[in-house]
Amino acid sequence: MPTVSLTVNGKKVSADVEDRTLLVHLLRDHLGLTGTHIGCDTSQCGACVVHIDGCAVKSCTVLVGQADGANITTIEGIAKGDELHPMQAAFRDNHGLQCGYCTPGMIMAAIDIVNRRGSDLDEATVRQELEGNICRCTGYHNIVKAVLDAASRMKVAQAAE
Amino acid sequence: MGVEGVGARVVRKEDKRFITGKGRYVDDIRLHGMTYAAFVRSPHAHAKIKSIDVGDAKTMPGVVDVLTGKQIVDDKIGNLICGWMIHSKDGSPMKMGAWPAMAPETVRFVGQAVAVVIAETRNQARDAAEAVVVEYEELAAAADIKAAIAQGAPQLHPEGPGNVIYDWTIGDEAATDAAFKSAAHVTALDITNNRLVPNAMEPRAAIADYDAAEEHFTLYSTSQNPHVARLVLSAFYNIAQEHKLRVIAPDVGGGFGSKIFIYPEEMVALWASKKVGRPVKWTSDRTEAFLTDAHGRDHLTKAEMAFDKDNKITGLRVKTYANLGAYMSLFSSSVPTYLYATLLSGQYNIPNIFAEVISVYSNTTPVDAYRGAGRPEASFVVERLMETAARELKADPAELRRKNFITSFPHQTPVIMAYDTGDFNASLDAAMKAIDYSGFAARKDKAKSEGKLRGIGLSCYIEACGIAPSKAVGSLGAGVGLWESAEVRVNPVGTIEILTGSHSHGQGHETTFAQLIAERLGIPISQVSIVHGDTDKVQFGMGTYGSRSAAVGLTAILKAMEKMEAKAKKIAAHQLEASEDDIVIENGEFKVTGTDKALALPMVALAAYTAHNLPDGMEPGLKETAFYDPTNFTFPAGAYICEVEVDAGTGKTSFVNFVAADDFGRLINPMIVEGQVHGGLAQGIGQALLENAVYDSSGQLLTATFMDYAMPRAEDLPSFNVSHTVTLCPGNPLGVKGCGEAGAIGASAAVINAITDAIGNNNLSMPASPDRVWHAIHG
Repeated sequence: MPTVSLTVNGKKVSADVEDRTLLVHLLRDHLGLTGTHIGCDTSQCGACVVHIDGCAVKSCTVLVGQADGANITTIEGIAKGDELHPMQAAFRDNHGLQCGYCTPGMIMAAIDIVNRRGSDLDEATVRQELEGNICRCTGYHNIVKAVLDAASRMKVAQAAE
Repeated sequence: MGVEGVGARVVRKEDKRFITGKGRYVDDIRLHGMTYAAFVRSPHAHAKIKSIDVGDAKTMPGVVDVLTGKQIVDDKIGNLICGWMIHSKDGSPMKMGAWPAMAPETVRFVGQAVAVVIAETRNQARDAAEAVVVEYEELAAAADIKAAIAQGAPQLHPEGPGNVIYDWTIGDEAATDAAFKSAAHVTALDITNNRLVPNAMEPRAAIADYDAAEEHFTLYSTSQNPHVARLVLSAFYNIAQEHKLRVIAPDVGGGFGSKIFIYPEEMVALWASKKVGRPVKWTSDRTEAFLTDAHGRDHLTKAEMAFDKDNKITGLRVKTYANLGAYMSLFSSSVPTYLYATLLSGQYNIPNIFAEVISVYSNTTPVDAYRGAGRPEASFVVERLMETAARELKADPAELRRKNFITSFPHQTPVIMAYDTGDFNASLDAAMKAIDYSGFAARKDKAKSEGKLRGIGLSCYIEACGIAPSKAVGSLGAGVGLWESAEVRVNPVGTIEILTGSHSHGQGHETTFAQLIAERLGIPISQVSIVHGDTDKVQFGMGTYGSRSAAVGLTAILKAMEKMEAKAKKIAAHQLEASEDDIVIENGEFKVTGTDKALALPMVALAAYTAHNLPDGMEPGLKETAFYDPTNFTFPAGAYICEVEVDAGTGKTSFVNFVAADDFGRLINPMIVEGQVHGGLAQGIGQALLENAVYDSSGQLLTATFMDYAMPRAEDLPSFNVSHTVTLCPGNPLGVKGCGEAGAIGASAAVINAITDAIGNNNLSMPASPDRVWHAIHG
């Protein structure tokens, strides 16, 4: 079995895995990072979204070999210690989650949306950008609110830095 | 109301673990020595199994064992059952066909399991499952209601001739027929209520772990009701005695009804774990979920409503065929009968109602309760009839409804339900104001001048929730009681654990239930833990479905709290040398009213556990239990109004506005209630516009992935305008009614009423896809 080496949440890791191993399975089964979820078989639902070199990617669609040498960030890696990422805090404060299953993927996708589209987002843009993430609980109403709220918080945080 | 008490918008305690990736769902759990199961499933909708060759599969790398349907039958694992007896109008009991956990001889729907591979890894199990060779003799299939009831239709079960499970009626047929004979106007509709797939985002999963030394099983299960699972697995499926089976439902990623039922996969995992002597994990993939999770709805209905010359309703006559799929799922029989026809009176005075429901088998996935369960179908029938009647009678749809609203309570309908309270005018007023109903005509004209078709649609729904008085449901055929249990444990340091038989899989019980404790004791919710989802911790419970957790589960907690508080007051009075009647509980203290004497809760608790100075004869400890059985259903109701714009060129519907005005009685946490409404609306709108489980005539499910089944996405939905009116429920001391299903019950009729108003053609089925809408406009 080939060995892959990559950086996950700032830590260098390597694993011997079958060629066909998907990144999501490496994270969940080999590294114990079970915050990244699997909700479908067809790369539709987005429960598995992580960041690869800073970009949101569905980790169920990536063979670990493709991620060799990459820098991966998962839901477990975005808070600074006890300080939540503004997107995490906004999801909580706006009741942007219910069962919590889609939430890690939603948060990782939403951070990427703000990174790409800037913090001056409008509702229509957020709804369009969330096309690749399915939630069955919230009707998206509070997720959209959370993303807009987080965008403002991230702007303030960036200004402060 | 304190800052964390009843009525406060408290952010959820459970959220931290979910937003940081620390939730603990079944598939996140790994046990030492765990193996993985992969099922071999039928590719045919109806076939005889001629042979199963597991020889090659057993030699594949990592394979521990391959087990078949014949073996599970030989081991006397029981057939799956339906736990609600329905009798046909001729008095005969429903016709329940045998459903083994894996098919030994005959398969009756695509995806039915015939064998299972147990292997060291998930991939090895899946590889070997593909190497199992099953030879089938294909049989003709009946893939929908019409095919199932046709002359000469393929027969699914020898127990159910003609594929009829029951032919059930409710109401007074003769009086209803007489009302139609003397009617000034009759509105009639043929209605298809489309089949839906619940699609909780977490696929079902199970881990079974057999301990040979103790002869004890542990099952980790994606269950809405772990105690019911244990009861059924023990009493009917012969898996283990109840005290030798622990069921744990940890974090569960949504249910919507589909995780109420006990499925073959959990039975097989338990059985296989004992057979191979190791833990067995099975996690559904999404296509397996589409093929094997119980589906929802799937009715064909002919409905007629009779009016007198004053536009008052005089009668309602309904005939419904319900497709229950290939086998009778756990509560399937009750959904199109007592959860459907009993709500056909809607919000209206209807003196005569008669309904006939014929449930049939077909070669499709079993159908059971899905968010709303029967009540969305009833509401859709009634509200489509009302809107259609208003158009035919040239009456304003709101005014026609008002003219027929029930305005005095209690109100006994002709179909069992006794509505306890409500104010239907108030919710309709609120919704009409929120959407500026009176300004609609001008908006429609303006849209028309811009080449757009604008429409508005109402839906005034009522539902029966808080299921339910055990005696009542028992008399209607339920195999279980529907009370709830609670235990209040005050620890010696004054923190509190609440054990509940309700199960939270998104509803936020860890917060809302703690809010009641905060309200009563004046302590922060951080001092309260809600314990649920483990049969070893909670003695018994009936679980969460039917919008019952606040009305039944939280009331049980209240009852246990009252007992605990009474004892604590006795202890405080004794310690403070006061009369217990003078003790009041405020801000976490037991105070002697009118004095400055007080004892903090931790001191009372400590006194209960040190037992150094208790009143004579009092047992030590501070722990109380209650079982609460409701006295009636609760009746959440509301008014939804939807305004849409249809593009005549593409048939695409866009939302202009969607308003909801619900009466749920007292709200424990309005933020969470609104979230429940949003989610329900999304599912109701999803049914109306997008979602449809489609089988071809051979019984293949054509919509078995998220690429084929249109789940609502963020861009498909508007932001919602949600508000509340309040009549307190008199049936429980909290005055709560339940909010979990309302959106899914009321939304779909509002959407279809709006689109048909926009396009001027009432003949439109769900889902109202652009294609269907375009054809409804252009022919």
